[in-house]
Amino acid sequence: MSLLGEDILTEEGEFIINMGPQHPSTHGVLHLKLWLNGEEIKRVQPHLGYIHRSIEKMSESLSYRNFIFATSRMDYLSAHMNNEACALTVEKGLGIEIPERAQVIRILMSELTRLASHQLWWGSTGLDLGAVTPFFYAFREREAIMGIMEETCGARLTQNYNVPGGVMADIHPNFQKHTKEVMQQIKSKLDEYDDLLSGNVIFEARTKGVGVLSKEDAISYGVTGPTARGSGVSCDVRKWAPYSGYEKVQFNEILEEGGDSYARYMVRMREMKESISIIEQLIDNIPDGDFQAKTKNVIKLPKGEFFQRVETARGELGVYIVSDGAASPYRVKYRSPNFSNLFALPIMAKGGKIGDLVAIMSTLDLVIPDIDR
Amino acid sequence: MNKEELKNVLSGYSSNIQFDETTEPLSAIVPAAEFFGLMQFLRKDAQSNFDFLNFMTCVDWKDHFMLVYFLHSTTYRHDVMIKVKLENRDEAEIETVCNIWRTAEFHEREVFDLFGVKFTHHPDLRRIFLDDAWEGHPLRKDYTDENMIEL
Amino acid sequence: MDVKSDKLEFPGQIHQTQDGGILLTTLDDAINWARSNSMWPLVFGTSCCAIEMMSAADAKYDWSRFGFEVARATPRQADLIIVAGTIVMKMAPVLRRLYDQMADPKYVIAMGACTISGGPFFYNTYSVVKGVDHVIPVDVYIPGCPPRPEALLHAMITLQEKVRLEPYFRKSDKTDE
Repeated sequence: MSLLGEDILTEEGEFIINMGPQHPSTHGVLHLKLWLNGEEIKRVQPHLGYIHRSIEKMSESLSYRNFIFATSRMDYLSAHMNNEACALTVEKGLGIEIPERAQVIRILMSELTRLASHQLWWGSTGLDLGAVTPFFYAFREREAIMGIMEETCGARLTQNYNVPGGVMADIHPNFQKHTKEVMQQIKSKLDEYDDLLSGNVIFEARTKGVGVLSKEDAISYGVTGPTARGSGVSCDVRKWAPYSGYEKVQFNEILEEGGDSYARYMVRMREMKESISIIEQLIDNIPDGDFQAKTKNVIKLPKGEFFQRVETARGELGVYIVSDGAASPYRVKYRSPNFSNLFALPIMAKGGKIGDLVAIMSTLDLVIPDIDR
Repeated sequence: MNKEELKNVLSGYSSNIQFDETTEPLSAIVPAAEFFGLMQFLRKDAQSNFDFLNFMTCVDWKDHFMLVYFLHSTTYRHDVMIKVKLENRDEAEIETVCNIWRTAEFHEREVFDLFGVKFTHHPDLRRIFLDDAWEGHPLRKDYTDENMIEL
Repeated sequence: MDVKSDKLEFPGQIHQTQDGGILLTTLDDAINWARSNSMWPLVFGTSCCAIEMMSAADAKYDWSRFGFEVARATPRQADLIIVAGTIVMKMAPVLRRLYDQMADPKYVIAMGACTISGGPFFYNTYSVVKGVDHVIPVDVYIPGCPPRPEALLHAMITLQEKVRLEPYFRKSDKTDE
């Protein structure tokens, strides 16, 4: 019997209210139907499709260089990693190796994006739970990182910096100096964040023990990313299936055993520190060479199927391309991390209050356009 | 386990499985009648332990559908793609696997919405992205819509 | 009521303007000044442009300098709806309902390429509304994908100028849709 069920009538004493699509805490256009008994949630039913932009159908008529732009708009907070997944899949299909300089630049940009995404997550978690100050502090750091992106890639949010073969242009001459300054700034602030929110009595009361996800449920529901690592599932793609040079970098995979919202929160806070350490290892050791391997102007993949997974800020993104030899993909499927993470929400929220639901949604860190594609 | 060992495990279950070595990971095409038994076997088998359904999708090859199930094992870290060919495009039906992996429930709803494949014994088969009143299944190759502006 | 479009007979001649005279025009200016400097936007963002809208709200670009600080969550208390993000066919009735729930006078800013014409999702998509002005009337359009926060601030200032020119007490030809 499905937990969600059809549009079931309510039992005695229950009533249904709608949360969303327009709601300040749903992080996008997500429509949740709640069956409530008083303040206690009996059932949560997500309704999707309010931002279904038919990206997979559109990609079937675009060329292999063009279809990458649409993935920037899917999970826009890890836009660089989404683009990297597409570029890696096309490179796998063509069978080309990208130069080392391009690999290191890709890792640096990915970790900067991950840092910026976790900053925004931290700010909006504070905002959802009632603390307004973290929002402004987080955006101060995020603006600094976006300044680096703008200098090199040309855009703040939807960078489009990856192409099949490498990166689109070489890094700005000021990149290393600018990045080192920003890392110094952020490192000194991370302890301030811990003081502000992590040790706060109200915050701990609202997140400890709330929304527990067991390890078996996490695996059965296909949950990946920091959400799964908060329940003890070791699933960091950068560790067990490294791509693009991650095997040469030293970092830890952060696991927590609690499975509640506080555990997921601490995973992301510690991941920010790991990202900074990766950037510091590489920033002075960018190898010389080409930033792009030579590819033909019109890329045609041979007949077959290709799959590549990367670790975005929210979980494992997989790109599956089916090609029949033409200049456009025959079928593109994006295995989006948020799609699987969302459907663990009903089991986490059952039995709690609406305030707990807000705390769970903020630590799940969903980006809704990634669910609907 | 590498491709050879996986092939042995799968052929040990049934001899009607065809293998495609060119894809990475190994892909195995199963006849629809043996599909559900194979899925249960792969979940419970201690040697392969495929406890994670990464994704599930459908490819429209104009005269048949090919369903693709991408399985992964969190303990052994190997993958396999199980494919099922559905000949009848208008009345495509297959057994659901949502009792084996809970995430399949929603991937199957997506395939039903966009392709029109029905899953028997599914607890809640409805459209997920589009309106309930939408006509047609958009990701099919023969889908036409006057709102779509062709490039 | 038509405006007498007269030719100037001598320099310095005073035009006959719409009815009201100097008292109502001054009152108009004062009220419009107050209205334009205190517009409350609705919290509404569907996709990527919402992040740039949040960046316009943060400490670096800071839209509260212009009076837009208090972002309301409910449309009944908002003056302005900044449509940030693509609108698809399932969301269009929701947007129309939100717009209808807002009280007059209300304004709309269409932010980003998706709301102007469907943007990058114009060709070969079956579910995107190709331009939000098919659903609600728009006052200011901002191009960009996503537009920079400064572009959003520029649009807000343009909207403020538009509000200042509105005849509030005088009769107007403005047709309400």
